[in-house]
Amino acid sequence: MSDLEIQAGLAGAAARRQTGRGLGTRFGTRFGGRVGLTEVLAAGFVLFLLLAAFAPGLVAPGDPLAIDPRAAFQPPSSAHSFGTDESGRDVYTRVSHGTGGSLQIGVAATLIGLGLGAVLGIIAGMLGSIVDFTVNRLLEVMFAFPGLLLALLFIMVFGPGPATATLAVGLATAPGYARIIRAQLVSVRSSAFVEAATVLGRSRTRILVRHILPNTLAPLLVLGTLGIGQAIIWAAALSYLGLGAKPPAAEWGAMLSAGRTYLNTAVWMSFFPGLFVVLTAISATVLGRAIERRLRHA
Amino acid sequence: MTGARADAGAPALLVRGLSVGFGSKPGRDPLVDDVSLEVAPGECLAIVGESGSGKSLTARSLLGLAGTGSWLHADELSVGGTSVLGLSENAWRRRRGRDVGLVLQDALVSLDPLRPIGREIGDTLRLHTNLSAAARARRVLELLAEVGLPDGELRAGQRSGELSGGQRQRALIASAIALRPPLLIADEPTTALDVTVQARILDLFEALLHAGTALVLISHDLAVVSRIADRVAVMSGGRIVETGTTRALLDDPRHDETRRMIAAVPAGQPRGARLSAQDRPNRPAPGVVPGAVPAAVPAVADRVVLEASGLVKSFRMPDRSRLFAVNDVSFTLDRGTTLGIVGESGSGKTTLARLLLALESPDAGEVRVLGETWTGITERARRPMRPALGAVYQDALASFDPRLTVGAVLRDAAGSADRSVELLDRVGLGAAVLGRRPLELSGGQRQRVGIARALAKRPQVLICDEPVSALDMTVQAQVLDLLDELQRDLGLSLVFISHDLGVVQHVSDRIVVIENGSVVETGPTEQVFAAPAHPYTRRLLDAVPRLPAP
Repeated sequence: MSDLEIQAGLAGAAARRQTGRGLGTRFGTRFGGRVGLTEVLAAGFVLFLLLAAFAPGLVAPGDPLAIDPRAAFQPPSSAHSFGTDESGRDVYTRVSHGTGGSLQIGVAATLIGLGLGAVLGIIAGMLGSIVDFTVNRLLEVMFAFPGLLLALLFIMVFGPGPATATLAVGLATAPGYARIIRAQLVSVRSSAFVEAATVLGRSRTRILVRHILPNTLAPLLVLGTLGIGQAIIWAAALSYLGLGAKPPAAEWGAMLSAGRTYLNTAVWMSFFPGLFVVLTAISATVLGRAIERRLRHA
Repeated sequence: MTGARADAGAPALLVRGLSVGFGSKPGRDPLVDDVSLEVAPGECLAIVGESGSGKSLTARSLLGLAGTGSWLHADELSVGGTSVLGLSENAWRRRRGRDVGLVLQDALVSLDPLRPIGREIGDTLRLHTNLSAAARARRVLELLAEVGLPDGELRAGQRSGELSGGQRQRALIASAIALRPPLLIADEPTTALDVTVQARILDLFEALLHAGTALVLISHDLAVVSRIADRVAVMSGGRIVETGTTRALLDDPRHDETRRMIAAVPAGQPRGARLSAQDRPNRPAPGVVPGAVPAAVPAVADRVVLEASGLVKSFRMPDRSRLFAVNDVSFTLDRGTTLGIVGESGSGKTTLARLLLALESPDAGEVRVLGETWTGITERARRPMRPALGAVYQDALASFDPRLTVGAVLRDAAGSADRSVELLDRVGLGAAVLGRRPLELSGGQRQRVGIARALAKRPQVLICDEPVSALDMTVQAQVLDLLDELQRDLGLSLVFISHDLGVVQHVSDRIVVIENGSVVETGPTEQVFAAPAHPYTRRLLDAVPRLPAP
């Protein structure tokens, strides 16, 4: 567990360093250049989400849990732009206040997945032969289960709740990351610049730290951004099944689940949380691809 | 043959005042600037120039392939007497292959890897003629025979990946001439090929010329085109700076660019003669003494710096047989001299370089560096001796960590920032490149940085594996001059591995010729070139592109 956190932290640090450099040099000079409309929209939406996550009171001043039975099941209107739910709670306020929780689960799960994947991938790629073989077979077994099934299995053993749901999603995404990182590491390890460093008389440790790890972990920023969208969907799916956050907590998956009963009469109760899940996933993917493209061109 | 399409006596290609560029404002910043050309049937015009001189864009514009976002202006642009200015994409498509054929440098990417080459060639016939499938198949076989690919039935069924580089290029030429276009445009058609294969492709072009095809041949190598071109146009900065018959241009070059290109051809230039113009005016020119031995001959005991004896390296093939990439190779390298190792692709040169650099361990035999055991020991034991040996690679870009700047690369290798600047100065680069990434540098600059890094640990021996084969002729000349200068100044010993016999002849004191992993001939350079003993060496020698004697 603590290993996981350390690795997650490492991956995060690598990602941060990468962003820092990117923002300073490339994005600065290229911002006036070709930035597509979708990218601007996605960035705008993510900014809104971040604001909602860190200061929900700013975007939606009300109380997400305040009940007002007289105003139950109101369709979207000027007073309640997303409508109200069965207890008269404002759906817009709840969706906004739920952002923090949903993003937290998505980001944490991705970091866990990336961290675990990085550890497995690097161990397999570096130690080679028997370890590589064992890790690969293990990954293949995990790949045999659909990711969500793996997460369900984990929750069955450790019980439902937001923390286990996060861990479960992280674990379920780890094999994919491990595969990618191992492949990246193997190709970097046999690259011409690593051989050039050997010819210069560099020690194995120094080559590993200076060349192999940074070049292996560089794509993690892109992988992570792309992964957050998926993780949020999975986390929402688990909450929808009642295995993550529980109503009346303002969490998107849980809200979707609660609105399911009233789908015929009050579709807005599930539509808007669902819309946010979808928009978040799309925005994360659009931004991830944009970063990937810029890194490749640079 | 072309009678129905062209007026008798009309030039195969006539271009007047062609300008091409990219961007929204036609006429602004042209990359091809006011180019005029004329090619008669059966004539070969060569367009030579460095990368970025606009020669490829000129060639592509002649086929309406300048690219998206480009603008084109010309007073006249006609093929076979018919104007092709302002043709629609559909009209161009009907003309390409029929009126004008194109041969590109890299046949591997020009041919669909998933389709047999017979189908690829047959496609041209299917799209432009009414021949039946059986007639097309017969015609494909004829074409394959014509371009010198025997066993046509076998070849037609193979995919491009199953063919060698030369065979692929022939297949591509076959598809370009399938409809007998009166005009053929070839963009660096032999640049990726071995010299012997290159010679045969040029022979093939010559046969096509005799049959009346007009040829526009694009190349950066003046020696290659001088073999078959009737006239040469030299391009620089988008303009044609000089044009004339091949003979006149070589005998009496008027423009500096032409002189530079002629001087850059290494074959036949004596060892030590400079190939590039003095490109670093702030540094005193080293004494130019043709054929000079760089260093005084040291005592015999200290003479041999690198010794390979009985090296063998084999790889297991998928069918469990063993391929001997290096088979019983022995040689010695004397202090301060250059040993040239020549062979064609697949001859085991690169494996040999890797054995010398101890990146692979030999199955048998050993390497000694400065008299010390170098192979058969652990990397840890070898590490203290690593500084004695430096390496210069063909693909300089791939040999640098893509995340590091030039400064970081050199600091890693040399240990201090001061030394990095000193090294850059040594290879003729300023401190300004320190903050750049290798990707942002030109090919020649990258190779200079590669050489600077190789010098960082003050090595006594440099292993150079195809150090100039990815470079333009004039840049190649500069890098060869730099290596020569460094050898004199620092007393370096060089192992120079190359497929280019002309280059090796110019730089080497001794030569080792390898074929299929085995040494077929070895000796002092002059002796090997004057009287090659092995037929393979003779074949290589005959194929070397060189300027005709005045």
